[in-house]
Amino acid sequence: MSGEAQNITEWYRSQYEEFERGLNGDAGGAAQGLRKKAIAQFATTGFPTSHDEEWRFTNTAALARVNFVLAGRESSQRVTLETIGPYILQDEIIRRAVFVDGRFAPHLSLLDGLPDGVTVRPLADALRKQHPVVLAHLGQMARVEQNPFTALQSAFLHDGLFVHIADGVESDVPIHLLFFATEGAKPQAMHPRILAVTGKRSRLTLIETYCGVADASYFTNVVSEVTVGEESTLFHDIVQVESRHAFHNGSHYLTQGRSSTVVANALTLGGGWVRNTVHATFTGEGGECTLNGLSLAAGEQLVDNHTVIDHAVPRCASHELYKSILDGRARGVFNGKIFVRQDAQKTDARQTNKTLLLSDEATIDTKPQLEIFADDVKCTHGATVGQLDEDQVFYLRARGIDLQAARDILTFAFAGDVIDRVHVPALRATLDSLLRARLQQGRITATLS
Amino acid sequence: MLYIKDLHAGVNGNEILTGVNLRVNAGEVHAIMGPNGSGKSTLAGVLAGRETYHVTAGEVLYQGQNLLEMDPEERAREGLFLAFQYPVEIPGVSNMYFLKAALNAIRKHRGLEELDAVEFLQLVKQKLKIVDLDAELLNRPVNEGFSGGEKKRNEIFQMAVLDPKLAIMDETDSGLDIDALRIVAEGVNRIRSKDNAIIVVTHYQRLLNYIEPDFVHVLVDGRIVKSGGKELALELEERGYDWVKELSIDN
Repeated sequence: MSGEAQNITEWYRSQYEEFERGLNGDAGGAAQGLRKKAIAQFATTGFPTSHDEEWRFTNTAALARVNFVLAGRESSQRVTLETIGPYILQDEIIRRAVFVDGRFAPHLSLLDGLPDGVTVRPLADALRKQHPVVLAHLGQMARVEQNPFTALQSAFLHDGLFVHIADGVESDVPIHLLFFATEGAKPQAMHPRILAVTGKRSRLTLIETYCGVADASYFTNVVSEVTVGEESTLFHDIVQVESRHAFHNGSHYLTQGRSSTVVANALTLGGGWVRNTVHATFTGEGGECTLNGLSLAAGEQLVDNHTVIDHAVPRCASHELYKSILDGRARGVFNGKIFVRQDAQKTDARQTNKTLLLSDEATIDTKPQLEIFADDVKCTHGATVGQLDEDQVFYLRARGIDLQAARDILTFAFAGDVIDRVHVPALRATLDSLLRARLQQGRITATLS
Repeated sequence: MLYIKDLHAGVNGNEILTGVNLRVNAGEVHAIMGPNGSGKSTLAGVLAGRETYHVTAGEVLYQGQNLLEMDPEERAREGLFLAFQYPVEIPGVSNMYFLKAALNAIRKHRGLEELDAVEFLQLVKQKLKIVDLDAELLNRPVNEGFSGGEKKRNEIFQMAVLDPKLAIMDETDSGLDIDALRIVAEGVNRIRSKDNAIIVVTHYQRLLNYIEPDFVHVLVDGRIVKSGGKELALELEERGYDWVKELSIDN
């Protein structure tokens, strides 16, 4: 480890010690063991470097240069419903858990009237009360040895959300997690954790939104662990609209039981430095997993999407559609790994990555990675990189639509293909307006206006 | 309305139009006929402002303005309409959205109020009848999954909604069966008036059975080698293009 790298691990170690003291005996049994193990793990690795194959195109140096302080508990009262208004989903049925700087904010949340069998609790509470489902699942998928960011998150594990759906409960009430970051005196780090476990023959809709004060510099490092029960359905949308100076790492872990269905959409519309990792594993036959992604980046933004789908058992299907729109000097990365284990016969895996480049200086590194050890499988992948279609642009102009508007219409259509796959209407409407706010005069603006 | 003087144009240094002269007045329908490769579509493309074509000499006046200096969208807003030979498919953009954006851009340019959704829908319903187009197609993406005939009828439908002063039909008849051809031609005839002009670019005479032209011009090797009345089209149908090609050589 270099001197600089050592400095930053030292920094996080000292932050950890302060954090541990602050817990004040509120250590939460099981979590404490995990935290200690995690900080020890992070201290040995530090942040990954470009020598690490998983991080070849995404440099963590800028992140490691900032001494982020752990976000405090005090800031939440300054945030009002008006502050987070643009991100609140306009549908009365939706229940929402709001987090300010990573801590649950009861005064902004709306969690009353949940259906029977649906448990939603701030994770800090659930940990304190040693909820048995939490104890059984926490850290089972998100292994601290696998990913330094997961280790770092686990070290600072404190709050977030715990969701549990009982067997046979098909909930139509979407749960919206809204994470809002304020601007601290010093750049702050947030490490929220999401743990969701669904029973057999159940249904859950989970929406995550990450946002913050415009132009604030902060670091969101979230880990989610979601276990989907047998014959159950999960709709999962992750909307990232962080400040353009924010660092955002999201490590999302998913396991799917027998004959379960998951549709997950990663909508990355903000942030300065962004890395999303989705890690999905089939543990029972007959599962179906759909992962869609839309990334918008301009200016100097970096958006890296890594997906891993592990076909560990037979007769499962996975479909991936990841699209990027890059302008300015933005950089995009897509890495789609698909494992088909030896036993996983009759696997059907399809992966598509499409990139629209709106400037000459924007770049994308796209890489499918198929590792297939079974012989009776269908696996396809394809990647396209291109600009707006000139014939389409001319057709619109020939009808009186000006060049900039024509570009906006076509860019919006490219993105709309993913937004249309979001099944919560109120979220689609919000995404529409967030997207339109960034499409201006034929370009992607660097910030949400 | 339109005055083309000694127009030379081409692609990548290859000259395709080698001196076209043409004058079109309001209320007139002109047919431009010619063999394959004579420059018919190039002429249509140059008039609409397609950037792949480069004008090397000559001038084009449209309503007294220098057409060649105008962007494609400006031309459209000033009332020029090109019915595409190959209408473009635009996935993800609904016909309704597209056409409303186009109409309102044109109306705004002309100092008219933009139409709201209700007013636009009323207009659309009225114009749909002209081309016998299924209203369901309007909610679909522009031309995506349309049959050849539906695409061409969609062009005429757009023309009816946008109400151009000068319409250029670029081989609108190609690939159409006789029923579709009749519907397209009827659509054109219904919008024909003393205030607008139509240029029908076609390889075959058969469209002219339904759209009766005032003038017929024969384009060969990038220039008009013969002009006449509608009887010229019949003569071409009977004798083919070889005899006019010889006129080109004689010139």
